[in-house]
Amino acid sequence: MAYKAKIKVTLRPSILDVQGKAAQHALANLGYSSVESVRIGKYMEVTIEENSAVEAERVCSEICQKLLSNPVMEDFTFELEPVN
Amino acid sequence: MADVTVGIVVFPGSNCDHDTEYAVASFPGVRPVMLWHNDHDLKGSDAIILPGGFSFGDYLRCGSIARFSPLMREVVEFARKGRPVLGICNGFQVLVESGLLEGALIRNTGKKFICRQSTIKVVNNRTIFTDGYRQDEVLHLPVAHGEGNYIASPETIESLEANGQVVFRYSDDEGSETAEANFNGSLGNIAGITNRQGNVLGLMPHPERASERLLGSEDGRRLFESLFRHVTGS
Repeated sequence: MAYKAKIKVTLRPSILDVQGKAAQHALANLGYSSVESVRIGKYMEVTIEENSAVEAERVCSEICQKLLSNPVMEDFTFELEPVN
Repeated sequence: MADVTVGIVVFPGSNCDHDTEYAVASFPGVRPVMLWHNDHDLKGSDAIILPGGFSFGDYLRCGSIARFSPLMREVVEFARKGRPVLGICNGFQVLVESGLLEGALIRNTGKKFICRQSTIKVVNNRTIFTDGYRQDEVLHLPVAHGEGNYIASPETIESLEANGQVVFRYSDDEGSETAEANFNGSLGNIAGITNRQGNVLGLMPHPERASERLLGSEDGRRLFESLFRHVTGS
């Protein structure tokens, strides 16, 4: 059974996001003064072939911790859905 | 100096590997060997250097993919045995990603890639990498990085400081650790740290690019000299 994991990796709130800051300034220059902050993260789609959703979730969590995010500076969340 | 073999790990995208080889080879009795990241053999290395560059194109995060190269398993084991490992620039990023050093290196606060001469101060000269320098000596070494902003949790910073693991800090020519001298925004002006045992050093500036007068500075030479002296036990 294949599962698609939609993974979001974001910089921890305490970490300065210079890319987000630059985007926010650009938006302010465009006149969007109501945009108070921008935080830029990563979105990944990963297909996982496992026997059950529980197994797929375990693998997904493991790869996020091991490689796809760095717990020193990032947090991750994901959603899993079966692929037909 | 007795014979010393220095392994230089080459990842796809390393670009300071040959600069490092050149600098290392200029010391009498020191033989550099290039180690391909996909190999499993450290070829009798007495010390390992992870050079600068853009391993795996800096994909995902700087150093994040290189740390899983097959050879890194041997490097981690080598380091855990207390043998010397030096990471320069991208090599430093690989070391923090691999967990051999604490903290992380994120985008410079000014957003720009910074390529210039930097000024750093030796804040701990009681390491195998720095005992050829005077305590608080000011050095001029080039930097070239986009992600050199050192961060770590307050608890980690506290323990690094308490254990003398902070070895280099960005400073001005007088040795003052000013905000202006801290061009990449690193916490505590940190430019280089060791692990708890002191056998693993990572730093953002490039000592290999400051290893002969023609290059504008020879301040990097004594880092290699100290290391090689300790390796030979002389």
